[in-house]
Amino acid sequence: MAAVKSMHEKKEPFVRIAKRSGLQHWKAWGIRIIAMILALAVCAAVIYVIVRMNPVRVYATMFRGAFSTSRRTWVTVRDTMMLLCVGVGLAPAFKMRFWNIGAEGQILVGGLVTAACMIYWGGRMPTALLFAVMIAASVAAGAVWGLVPAVFKAKWKTNETLFTLMLNYVAIQLTSFFVAKWENPYGSNTVGIINQGTKYGWFPAVFGKQYFLNLAIVLAVTVAMYIYLRHTKHGYEIAVVGESENTARYAGISVARVYIRTMLLSGAVCGLSGFIAVSGASHTISTSTAGGRGFTAIIVAWLAKFNTLAMILVALLLVFLEKGSIEIASQYQLNDYASEMITGIILFFILGSEFFINYKLIFRKREAAR
Amino acid sequence: MSQIISLMQAAVVFGTVIMFGAVGEILSEKSGNLNLGVPGIMYLGGIASLMGAFYYESAVAEPNKLLCLIIALGCGFGAACIGGLIYGFLTITLRANQNVTGLTLTIFGSGFGNFFGGSLNKLAGGVGQISVAATSSVFRAYIPALSNLGYIGKVFFTYGWMVYLALAIAIFCGWFLKRTKRGLNLRAVGENPSTADAAGISVIRYKYLATCLGAGISGLGGVFYTMDYIKGTWGNDLTIESLGWLAVALVIFTTWKPVNAIWGSYLFGILYWMYFYISGLTRSTQELFKMIPYLVTLAVLVFVSMKRKRENLGPAALGLSFFREER
Amino acid sequence: MEYAVQMKNISKSFGEVKANSSVSLDICKGEILALLGENGSGKTTLMNMLSGIYYPDEGQIFVGGEEVSIRSPKDAYDLKIGMIHQHFKLVDVFTAAENIVLGLKEGKRLGKRAVADRIREICGRYGFEIDPDRKVYDMTVSQKQTLEIVKALYRGADILILDEPTAVLTPQETEKLFAVIKNMKNDGKSVVIITHKLHEVMEVSDRVAVLRKGEFVGSIPTCQTDPERLAEMMVGRSVSLNIERSEPVNPTPRLIVKNLSVRNGEGVPVLENVSFTAYGGEILGVAGVSGSGQKELLEAIAGLQKAESGSSVIYVAPDGTQCELVGKRPSDIHDLGVQLSFVPEDRLGMGLVGGMGMPENMMLKSYRKSKGFFMDMGPSRRLAENVRDTLEVTTPSLGTPVRKLSGGNVQKVLVGRELAAEPTVLMTAYAVRGLDINTSHTIYRLLSEQKKAGVAVIYVGEDLDVLLELCDRILVLCAGRLNDIADARTATKESIGYAMTYLKNNKAGDRIDGGGQKHA
Repeated sequence: MAAVKSMHEKKEPFVRIAKRSGLQHWKAWGIRIIAMILALAVCAAVIYVIVRMNPVRVYATMFRGAFSTSRRTWVTVRDTMMLLCVGVGLAPAFKMRFWNIGAEGQILVGGLVTAACMIYWGGRMPTALLFAVMIAASVAAGAVWGLVPAVFKAKWKTNETLFTLMLNYVAIQLTSFFVAKWENPYGSNTVGIINQGTKYGWFPAVFGKQYFLNLAIVLAVTVAMYIYLRHTKHGYEIAVVGESENTARYAGISVARVYIRTMLLSGAVCGLSGFIAVSGASHTISTSTAGGRGFTAIIVAWLAKFNTLAMILVALLLVFLEKGSIEIASQYQLNDYASEMITGIILFFILGSEFFINYKLIFRKREAAR
Repeated sequence: MSQIISLMQAAVVFGTVIMFGAVGEILSEKSGNLNLGVPGIMYLGGIASLMGAFYYESAVAEPNKLLCLIIALGCGFGAACIGGLIYGFLTITLRANQNVTGLTLTIFGSGFGNFFGGSLNKLAGGVGQISVAATSSVFRAYIPALSNLGYIGKVFFTYGWMVYLALAIAIFCGWFLKRTKRGLNLRAVGENPSTADAAGISVIRYKYLATCLGAGISGLGGVFYTMDYIKGTWGNDLTIESLGWLAVALVIFTTWKPVNAIWGSYLFGILYWMYFYISGLTRSTQELFKMIPYLVTLAVLVFVSMKRKRENLGPAALGLSFFREER
Repeated sequence: MEYAVQMKNISKSFGEVKANSSVSLDICKGEILALLGENGSGKTTLMNMLSGIYYPDEGQIFVGGEEVSIRSPKDAYDLKIGMIHQHFKLVDVFTAAENIVLGLKEGKRLGKRAVADRIREICGRYGFEIDPDRKVYDMTVSQKQTLEIVKALYRGADILILDEPTAVLTPQETEKLFAVIKNMKNDGKSVVIITHKLHEVMEVSDRVAVLRKGEFVGSIPTCQTDPERLAEMMVGRSVSLNIERSEPVNPTPRLIVKNLSVRNGEGVPVLENVSFTAYGGEILGVAGVSGSGQKELLEAIAGLQKAESGSSVIYVAPDGTQCELVGKRPSDIHDLGVQLSFVPEDRLGMGLVGGMGMPENMMLKSYRKSKGFFMDMGPSRRLAENVRDTLEVTTPSLGTPVRKLSGGNVQKVLVGRELAAEPTVLMTAYAVRGLDINTSHTIYRLLSEQKKAGVAVIYVGEDLDVLLELCDRILVLCAGRLNDIADARTATKESIGYAMTYLKNNKAGDRIDGGGQKHA
């Protein structure tokens, strides 16, 4: 019985984990802000290690990179809007707990059909009509890319994560195909700036601001999505399905229908952001038109808890970091990928912080040891 | 004939990258951790081996070949393990969402890899193009006698040793999971953690070990790509990322059996390069043919979900975090 | 007689619920002890403290005369205690042999042959039949149970605890199990069977220990007692709860259920040919050991479970029009104008959306009714306020996710919503489970008011005292069959308890056991 004796002396573990029943809002946000500060400090440390830059100057330089001139500010706004638009597109899917990792592809096909419209119909139809066609086509293309995995998920429970992921590559190859077809000049393997001289199908400047329309469209979509998710029956059904399919059945909601309808919408908005990327920003199409935003936007949507208004801030933060770290990198003639690394570090911290919101640590009390 | 042989050779090389990725991911998924960070882990492995070799080679005049090998391999494997450790800490201990954490790891890893890959020469004081010729030659050494054996020699023996290492790891992992008690315990952790817990298995420890070692193995894919395929340089393209995602997808294809990853990844290698060997394709239609591996993966995904055979569905607790008090 | 295990003054609470209070129980060497009690009497909790799942709040445990402390299932195995839970702890895709050696330390390789030999040796000794290479998902429930027992024996268990082992077995399988249990006893092992079935107690046990509401009632050698006396020990004497009950006024048929049969996901019948009529203006109680088909009965009526062909559920509207409910989805039933309210057993997993506040939960079933694309939050907000005020729901704010409310408040939200729909049929499953006395009485009062308003109320309950005082008639389910419909004013606790556990008109080859799967 020696084994039993030693069992007797086993103590309560040093630290135990227990679920929190709920945490006040301000405390939860406090934890997130602490995580954020820690993350920024670690980033500064990483940058210091690499380039020996004084951490205070790091953030001053970052700020300069993002906002120092009006043009830079507008580029930051433009990129924020792009990321936001994709995040807004993903929000309904993720709120429904549908892992749409395929935004990258949905953006690309949206951009691809937009580019096609610009190339084939630019100057051949009235501008208003051209825009209507581009919007309709990009929305439809994105919707199709969202629809396919939803149908398979609804019918056979096919794993949507890998399905949407693979569709990204199908979209990438499709884009490569058309890039090779449309390449200009010949042999460059790029499409070049489409309609550079005529600017057919380009977003017009409004109030003298080239990217004003990007801002207006995306903010409109963001607000509309906020209302859709919060105040419509569809949004309500999405929330119920995401919480519990069982409850949805009890309430008489057809889960398959909600899947399909929501993914049509999700893909459509991502397709629309492809339209904005091509017509409103780059005026060209390439396999890097989506540029990883489809993935980053997942994290935007996740961190904002699918609240599209909160996404504005999250997207702005990530784009600020991106612009800032690119500024630092270029000062030292290093490359742009620094921004992804920094983004990754920040996200690790924010993801980890959720634990302290949902769980609490119970440390062993001395006298409690039996 | 020579066309077929060169297709085989290309397929084996790319297949090996995928195989490392897939076998590592199988190990991780067997413990219930779906790690979407494989592409990022491969980048980490690749860049770490390159940096290690680079600093060693530039520090000494006459690099010792054995040391080259140990440093490159150790750095690559170690960095990938650390990637797995970050993922493991966030998902196992902090119970963060596995998908989001994995994606973040991919963003981080590709950023880290491409940043240092592109900036290494600058950071090292502007030495121009980075190249680790000595280390790369160790990775690319063939056995001359065998590689001269005509067609057979060309198909089977014209590769660096990591091709055979991948085979060995795949076979070993297959044996480990199927035949050993630890393998059995690991599978139980992924299938039903509370049953494993009740049977006295330390669920947390198994999850950490499988995730870190699995990441290390996946990272070897990046090492192989960097040191062997692109000869100890860095390519700022997205090839590693696409191979990484194929590795994740291949896991379903193999029905979570490492041995199936061998032929599966060579098959993917063939599918990947097939466009190059089909005559009459223009540069644009070639791009369409590059879709094939992804379309095949989609077809397999759909097929597997339609024929829901219990064993082919993967570990039952995949993607879920374990919290004992919830049982 | 020598004691294998002695439990002294064991107490265990979960939150405010006392599952065991100062229970003392002895298990002798080489005996078969039946641990008898109603659902919720604390039998499983008590045994879980022996098997290392729970740790007692108070009291001592002695194994083989020495005081021990059992902190995990591993500790229990080290003390040669093995428990077979109702929810088997098996890995589905593993073979029998793999499950048996899981987690054992000896050897690094899976010595398949040696393991198989030892399994065969154990099987031979006690009369089990088990194929070491068969996968668990290919096994019948009875084979899985055998596997669990062999697994415990393989680990050297001398004390075996079986939690309601016959609940999932056919009569033939039950007989086989009892034969093996007797073999194990003859081999000197102690066996504890947790059960609430009297005939089994009589058939297999040497001694019976009875628990009631977490307390130890007594123990008695089986040969000195009979089922009637045991039933009385189990349910106790009636206690008056002072529930106000009015005479049904002008009861009219509202739901006519005919030959309702349901199979579960594995194709096993869980409800067979149940026929009855529920009247508007009365409360129809449904009694039965848990897992006797109550859940399926309600869910089939609500359109959430597929009923077998030949089943029929006719709804008679107050104006006399009739319609068939079988084969319809919940939304169809709603669209037909059937005012069916349902308070399901799983409140947060089915009846409510845990992450949403009260107003959003109020419109779960009615949101479709309002016109247009947008949600009209006004009515549900007013309804939420109304429910909060009339049912005295304690919540920090209306918008607080209902998951964060206490159990009683969650149930008030759910019941409040279902009553606000002005039902003509109201079905409730375990409506007062886990609630305190005051909240329970609020629920009883609400149900009685509905009855007075002419609603057909179906009340699935587990407390016989409540069923007898609240309901007008009591329908007793046993093993998915309708065993009795009793007048609640004249029936006794004993007669109902008897009907719950003893299937009348038992034909040879039929299932005679009381329950299906229970949710632990």
